[in-house]
Amino acid sequence: MNPRSLVIEFLQVVLLIGLAPAFTGWLRTVKCWTQGRTAAGLLQPYRDLRKLLAKEVVLAENASWIFRFTPYIVFGTAVLAGGIIPMISVDLPLAPTADVIVIIALFAVARFFTALAGMDIGTAFGGMGASREMTIASLAEPAMLMAIFTVSLANTSTSLSQIVQVILNGQPVLRPSIAFAFFAFVMIAIAETGRIPVDNPATHLELTMIHEAMILEYSGRHLALIEWGQMMKLLLFAAMGIAAFAPWGIAAAGSLHALPAALAVMVAKLAAIGLVIVMIETGLAKMRLFRLTDYLGAAFLLATLGMISFFILD
Amino acid sequence: MNMSVTPLFLASLSLLLLLLPVALVPVLKHRQRVFIETAFMLAATASLLSVVAGIWTVATGSVGCVVLPVGLPDLPFHLRLDPLAGFFLTVIAGLSLYVSLYSVGYIKGYLSKRSVISLIIFYCLFVAGMLMVVLADDALFFLVAWEIMAGSSYFLVIFENERVENRRAAFVYIVIAHIGAIAILLAFGVLAGFASGFGSFQGYTFDAMRQAHFPLTWATAAFLLAFLGFGAKAGVVPLHVWLPEAHPVAPSNVSALMSGVMLKTAIYGIIRVTFDLIGSFPWWWGALVLGLGLISAVMGVLYALMQHDLKRLLAYHSVENIGIILIGIGLAMIFTSFGLPLLAALALVAGLYHTMNHAMFKGLLFMGAGAVLHATNERNMEEMGGLIHLMPWTAALFLIGCISIAALPPFNGFVSEWLTFQAFLLSPSLPNSLMKLLIPLGAALLALTGALAAACFVKAFGVTFLGHWRGHRTPQVHEADWPMRLGMISAALTCLGLGVLPTFFIGWLDRVPHQLLGSGLASTATAHGWMWLTPISYERASYSGVIVFSGILAVVLATYVFLHVKPSKIRKVAIWDCGFEKLTPRMQYNATSFAMPIRRIFGFLFHIREQVHLVPQRGHKAFPQQLRYRLRVRDRIWGWFYKPAVGVSFWISRKIGRLQQGRINTYLIYSFITIIVLLVFLR
Amino acid sequence: MTPSTAAQINSFLAALVLLTSFGMLVQKRLNGLIHLFAWQGLFLSVNTAIVGYVAGKDHLYLSSLLTLVLKVVLLPYILHLLINRLNIRKSVESIVNVPTTMLIGIGLVIFSYHLMGPVRELSTLITRSTLAVALATVLIGLLMMITRQHAVSQIIGFLALENGLFFAATSATYGMPLVVELGVALDILIAAFIFGIFFFHISSTFDSLDVGQMARLKED
Repeated sequence: MNPRSLVIEFLQVVLLIGLAPAFTGWLRTVKCWTQGRTAAGLLQPYRDLRKLLAKEVVLAENASWIFRFTPYIVFGTAVLAGGIIPMISVDLPLAPTADVIVIIALFAVARFFTALAGMDIGTAFGGMGASREMTIASLAEPAMLMAIFTVSLANTSTSLSQIVQVILNGQPVLRPSIAFAFFAFVMIAIAETGRIPVDNPATHLELTMIHEAMILEYSGRHLALIEWGQMMKLLLFAAMGIAAFAPWGIAAAGSLHALPAALAVMVAKLAAIGLVIVMIETGLAKMRLFRLTDYLGAAFLLATLGMISFFILD
Repeated sequence: MNMSVTPLFLASLSLLLLLLPVALVPVLKHRQRVFIETAFMLAATASLLSVVAGIWTVATGSVGCVVLPVGLPDLPFHLRLDPLAGFFLTVIAGLSLYVSLYSVGYIKGYLSKRSVISLIIFYCLFVAGMLMVVLADDALFFLVAWEIMAGSSYFLVIFENERVENRRAAFVYIVIAHIGAIAILLAFGVLAGFASGFGSFQGYTFDAMRQAHFPLTWATAAFLLAFLGFGAKAGVVPLHVWLPEAHPVAPSNVSALMSGVMLKTAIYGIIRVTFDLIGSFPWWWGALVLGLGLISAVMGVLYALMQHDLKRLLAYHSVENIGIILIGIGLAMIFTSFGLPLLAALALVAGLYHTMNHAMFKGLLFMGAGAVLHATNERNMEEMGGLIHLMPWTAALFLIGCISIAALPPFNGFVSEWLTFQAFLLSPSLPNSLMKLLIPLGAALLALTGALAAACFVKAFGVTFLGHWRGHRTPQVHEADWPMRLGMISAALTCLGLGVLPTFFIGWLDRVPHQLLGSGLASTATAHGWMWLTPISYERASYSGVIVFSGILAVVLATYVFLHVKPSKIRKVAIWDCGFEKLTPRMQYNATSFAMPIRRIFGFLFHIREQVHLVPQRGHKAFPQQLRYRLRVRDRIWGWFYKPAVGVSFWISRKIGRLQQGRINTYLIYSFITIIVLLVFLR
Repeated sequence: MTPSTAAQINSFLAALVLLTSFGMLVQKRLNGLIHLFAWQGLFLSVNTAIVGYVAGKDHLYLSSLLTLVLKVVLLPYILHLLINRLNIRKSVESIVNVPTTMLIGIGLVIFSYHLMGPVRELSTLITRSTLAVALATVLIGLLMMITRQHAVSQIIGFLALENGLFFAATSATYGMPLVVELGVALDILIAAFIFGIFFFHISSTFDSLDVGQMARLKED
């Protein structure tokens, strides 16, 4: 472990924490453009976070330590995952800490605690959000892992930075299995990050909200941490997709000079992903809760077809 | 007996210690409080000795044998402690050590209600029986030990015998246990017959079976019988129906042992018979074990989600976890039969690791459920809530159990599931094209199981410990006392240790795959130091529990400190709830409502009867005065397999019952005819 | 185009054909169903052309063109015309248990893969790996005919089945003799017209195209 890779590691974590609100800001901005509204700008999420951090915490009387602990764990798991998923360089000392299965499980830890926090206060909304979130997650997770496993089988590794290296060193091949896995991944990533058509991050309508229902009672710095964690999660899913399916442009092992170019490519890719997400969100309406089984079932079907075609067609 | 200290000597000593409380009954009969303390301390000491013996055996890879001059004439009992037995000895004795500590506090709760002498005696016999099962080295002693274990646990299940449901559960338990025992007996019969020829009894030792070579048909028959018998004990779907009945009604310390380690004796039996005694087998045996394991895992967790009785929920999770263990073992069998011992070692280690993990977290969870039951006299989660404020210790420890069983890093359940996933992903090395394709699809089911388990434990913990108390009367809740806490704390620490430092434990238990498959995992798995777990190679996959644990902890601490540099106030107010004011505890989500979406999605697997009854208010039809909701979710398996089986056996009984006349002359005629027939045959 | 690139494109198109089969299996709207069928035809046609190029068999171009005209343009057009005429353009069919149907479909794919194992070993064609997909398409078409209640979706299931057969012929032996193919194409066209006439009769007799209604024809 040399100091240079430590620097890269540090840079990446700082970039993740720093860029996540801008990515969300970009999404909101583009969405405003497509809907003919005036955008608040890329920086609005930063202002929101600053305001929330400065405000005092208003806490329900019967909140237990779980409720107060959850924001930190949501933030903590996101930061840790950010140290592992290769974004600008594959030379990360933390990369072998966790392969892609562990990363998905890290998000599951955050979700587990968020759901518990939702139930902690004892309101109907909290329980509703927790129940729905866990249901969706339990259907999404198999499809997610199937998609990821297809990529892992094709690259004989479950470690993300290793997958990136294998893809970079190999010839670009047109593989149906990877294409299936990619579309399944996109569908599941939308579900996991709570975007339309699965959940709407902008609504607080009782009957439809899922993620927001769990965090309804949060305020002040707690809310700031959870929001920030959510923004990082969105960015991390995008980064995970890039690493697993289109890592070209990332800095190869051990070169500091390649970093600025890699960063530029990364930002360009993220901007493009933002555009795509907004297209999806603008084009679709939020689904009824029980229609989601069809949606997630379709994602699972795609992932399974990917896995099967890896053996049949590749 | 050789008197120098060997692992086997320690194990035998611990068996003797476990029988000591029986001798103490006359002395301490009237001083039950002292008796509880002495007996459970003896049990704990005995367990500690066995743990040492087990760890020692596995670490050195030694094999100790002893022939006891007891048993039937000419058929002495054989004892043997090899790494496989040592591993299971460690697991069983490890949990019984914690549970014995816990029991000191827990059993005292019964003192005001009834005599606990039988409970203590059968508890000790039960633990001794389990230890003897893994030590046995011949079919005879194995079955004797098996019956001691089954019989004593039957009396423990029926301990609170004033309730009808307990008697019924115990009855179902003993019936299925004995059907299983008969199957095991027959399996050993087949093996022993081929080991020494049917003219001699000397094939009854496991050694003779190991040496023997079995024709495939008979080996298959023996395997299927053994799998049926052990599967019935382990609670493999569809033989699981006794498990959710019997485990919850036993005293909680016993439930912890039954769920945590008694089921593992069946896993031990499956491994012993297939890998050790039979040795070589076709791949479809493994596919069968894998398939049933997957079904058990998914069905177990789905049924668990439908429960609102805390202990019953945990019991169904045992079905799930036995399924996960069998997945590992089934994969190991498939890899072995295709001649891939290295890959088989990975799958077997995954299964064994989960065996150890499940013992710890399931023990912990049942102890926690016991503490809740002890404090509230309530098993129904629909009545609970908010216990985290009244029982902070139990809540925190139960939460650790929940995180572990939900397979979330950095705790132990995750490590074994991760290893199982890695084993799944090795399927491309198989030469069979169909297996190559089908096995990774099984990984999806395992993923589904893991995610549903997380949902189930959000429900279990959230409904029990969070929110407000849902019951009508406010309970007099007290926190668990120190012996109980101590038992739970040790189990929780073990869970954390197993999760954070898997390389130590894998390096240790590596002797077991060495013994059974001739190939181990340790040389690759721990090749990059104690921090990194690399089961296949560094490039393929790696995991570091230490860094995940300390990383999360460090970020959490740093964030906390950073946000608290400036002193900041927290204002405590009433619940906001979007401004809704008349909030009552009955409005919270409860166990039934939490599982509603999943019940709807997977409803076709259950037998669900839902009734909604509205009592309309006079004048306003839109505003009913009262609403009654009844929900009944039942196991479909019961109707598919067991009802017909019960019907048939009753039918046969009625037919045979006609023989019974009640007149002695008739019975004499039966004997007379029998003698005549026999004489004709013997002519 | 090198043979390996061709093989890649071939297997990619096979994957798309499989995907459209699954899409048809679970698509509830008749409109969408016809579109999916047209897409499948397009993939088949492109695939046939590529195989023809690689294998150097000119008659495959002709059958590719035939597929394009018949299955991408003509049949979908007829079907659209039909559902417009019958006023069932927007109708949504209730499909029982989509997930189970999907799982059976996946099972069929695996089954055909297993079945085609020996053929794959013996064959040397670049298209050999798509044979399993072709068989799966046939079986899924049949499954679709079983699970559907609506007469129009049943005919589409039948047409998808024929697509599978055509695909199988292309992958197994680089296509059937041209005479056979022309004959089959003609049969399909005639079948479509006959079905169309039948639809009108069913529709006017039962006021619905639900084939479940046909149970009423049984004498009690």
